[in-house]
Amino acid sequence: MEQVAPPLLNIRGLRKTYGAVEVVAGLDLAVGKGECFGLLGPNGAGKTTTLRLALGLTAPDGGSISLFDLPVPAEARRARMRVGVVPQLDNLDPDFSVRENLMVYGRYFGMKDADIAARIPGLLEFAGLEHRAEARIDALSGGMKRRLTLARALVNNPDLLFLDEPTTGLDPQARHMIWQRLRMLLGQGKTLVLTTHFMEEAERLCDRLAIMDHGRIIAGGSPQALIKSHIEPQVVEIWGEGVENWVTAHGATLCERAERVGETVFCYTRSSEALLQKLAPHDDLRYSSRPASLEDVFLKLTGRDLRD
Amino acid sequence: MTRFWRPPALSLRFYPVWRRNFLVWKKLAIPAILGNLADPALYMLGLGYGLGGLLREVGGVPYLTFLAAGTVCYSTMNSATFEVLYSGFSRMHVQKTWDAILNAPLTLDDVLFAELLWATSKSLLSGLAILVIVWVMGLAGLGQTLWLIPLIVLIGFCFSGMGLVVTALSPSYDFFMYYFTLAITPMVLLCGVFYPVDQLPPVLQSVSAWLPLTHAIVLARPLVQGGAPQQVATHLLALFAYGALSYYIALVLTRRRLLK
Repeated sequence: MEQVAPPLLNIRGLRKTYGAVEVVAGLDLAVGKGECFGLLGPNGAGKTTTLRLALGLTAPDGGSISLFDLPVPAEARRARMRVGVVPQLDNLDPDFSVRENLMVYGRYFGMKDADIAARIPGLLEFAGLEHRAEARIDALSGGMKRRLTLARALVNNPDLLFLDEPTTGLDPQARHMIWQRLRMLLGQGKTLVLTTHFMEEAERLCDRLAIMDHGRIIAGGSPQALIKSHIEPQVVEIWGEGVENWVTAHGATLCERAERVGETVFCYTRSSEALLQKLAPHDDLRYSSRPASLEDVFLKLTGRDLRD
Repeated sequence: MTRFWRPPALSLRFYPVWRRNFLVWKKLAIPAILGNLADPALYMLGLGYGLGGLLREVGGVPYLTFLAAGTVCYSTMNSATFEVLYSGFSRMHVQKTWDAILNAPLTLDDVLFAELLWATSKSLLSGLAILVIVWVMGLAGLGQTLWLIPLIVLIGFCFSGMGLVVTALSPSYDFFMYYFTLAITPMVLLCGVFYPVDQLPPVLQSVSAWLPLTHAIVLARPLVQGGAPQQVATHLLALFAYGALSYYIALVLTRRRLLK
């Protein structure tokens, strides 16, 4: 029989209430070694609170958390010895240079100066900041700061990394660079737990996802499995002047499910051929056909209402 | 929320955080030390000679000597207060330095203890700077003024703790004005920095007796002017109690603020 390794992070029935609002409302999740686990959800779904609870930075109102088999928050401090954190907002130390940021942060883990100094060249190389070691933080671009924050999270050579929206606010180049680094870490056998609302990020990086809304996990699985089990494989988007007439004439008859969002009709279907043939002669309609994506699943499950 | 009320868990883990603050200070150490020396020196010279020329003797000593003891305490108080209020608030709320530290294996108890001791250390430098001026100007000999050094540490501890409460409650930098207007300035005027407390009406004298800066000055003044301080244990205990109790309250408030 195959030996099943215990999960590095194991959360059972987790609850957290602020005032009358249950921000985390009975959450179960387990993350195994070497996995990249993504927590997806709209703003206010409870993602960041879940991470804070997992780190022992706030006490739950119910349920249990174990991190490296240590109970959290009781033994959170010990568990954090083996954890790295990339917070949502950069909180690098503006009074220090790039190198000093790594040095000072390593000391918080009780590391000896010589040991930290020995790790710094590798961390700088990983972050692509070899030539900026003495630069001040305010001289770095947004992408460089993010990479330094990631390098700082690795100073204690953690087994598990928590990343809270690691690429929010970055341009596409910087985002791809972070993704590449995260894949390198997965290649080294590190475990990643990340929150995001970039579907592409989740699809590219994560082995397993949980879509979260109103403090609960409403769907979970691999990105492919989620698409397969929650949504029709083809999507045809239709817009243009004639869209009103089209809806009146056909509604959702040519596809399994149609959804109107403002000026655009989304038709979800197992086979789009018949629909596309019907659309072709209409000069007043524009359309595009594409395979269903994680974003379609996300919007289906969490709705299209704005979350502020 | 009883978990916020648990007693502080103090440990040596505070040290890397204290050291972080020290390293930042070290980068600007020379202007900082010059500021420590120049600012109060100008103050003392201006008031000492300006008012001293008119007053001759206050409390049986030259006005400059009278002023020196008050200035040691006042300067220590100010330095500790500014550090935990403005710099502490920056680290807690603006730069989110504390958040970064809390993701490492440190607790808020460690961080706040480090801030308390760091502000105490920094205020020791400010107090010492005045002491150096006192020695250089020959206002007092080394002798028993050396006892001022541990007293400065205690004064710094006291006002660092008190300031941390304000920082814990503060939504923004503007909030600090209340503390200066309602606590710091009244203490400067009521506790005997510039003139003896017995010049005040009895009502104000009885208020003054409860204020921490009074306890500090009552101990510091004889040490500068010669003579033995009275009721040493009471005043020391009062300063320590103000600092320790405030630190605990600040810790509870900061836990509620950051760990909720």
